[in-house]
Amino acid sequence: MTNNLQFDFTVDKAAKTVHITREFDADLSLVWDAFTKAEILDQWVAPKPFVAKTKFMDFKVGGRRFYAMVGPDGQEGWLLQKYISITPKTNFKMFNAFADKDENPQLPGSDWDYTFSEQDGKTIVRITIYNESVARLEKMIEMGFTEGYKMSMINLENLLASRSSGLSKR
Amino acid sequence: METRRDVFQAIADPTRRAILLLIAAQAMTPNALAEEFQTSRQAVSKHIKILTECELVKQEQRGREIYYHIHATKMKEIDKWIEQFKKILETQFNQLDEVLSTLKKLKK
Repeated sequence: MTNNLQFDFTVDKAAKTVHITREFDADLSLVWDAFTKAEILDQWVAPKPFVAKTKFMDFKVGGRRFYAMVGPDGQEGWLLQKYISITPKTNFKMFNAFADKDENPQLPGSDWDYTFSEQDGKTIVRITIYNESVARLEKMIEMGFTEGYKMSMINLENLLASRSSGLSKR
Repeated sequence: METRRDVFQAIADPTRRAILLLIAAQAMTPNALAEEFQTSRQAVSKHIKILTECELVKQEQRGREIYYHIHATKMKEIDKWIEQFKKILETQFNQLDEVLSTLKKLKK
């Protein structure tokens, strides 16, 4: 798939940190909404055919989001996030952890820091993920390793198909 | 008699993958490693043994302590996992591109 939107990804294993920069072809307020509103998040955070289902999301400092990644077999993987700080349309920080279905987080988790800026009608999102343990970083990667690869390939095919047949069949 | 285990068997276990990532950051003693996991030193030693047999881990004697190192040439496997995580993010963001494009059309 070819687009010329910037995507940078670096991993600093010693600092247990992942840095991501991604550009989006939309104005800042729309991109901000896409990262901070449950109904939009649920449309994109799960790699297809996984589906994201937010049980609740309270986007305010100290508020939480509890959501599941649901597989095609109905299997649910729960995640719990807590918002640490919010500067509207500029930055938010959250703590992210895997959880069981009863909202009990599986520690350790990771800290996610999102910074938004707009340039020439495009929005740049910078994400820093800090893991308190390398084991957690490993688990995050492991999730990708087990399901992500084949899922992302299927998804890519779907995306390409939807591009060629128009975008409206969502 | 034991045949040598392969790399895929080594990385099939989550604890062993975690050990690899830990010692990728810095060489560690068996005790320091055991402290990272809620398990016995014996259990960690067992994993280390398998990793050593697969040549993913090397040990080095420093004074009285043994330190475990990552075997650099086998590091590619870890890079592969990181690549997978990157792929997931790419997938998510490509999906977001589609969502944004739909939302932009709705706004107009």
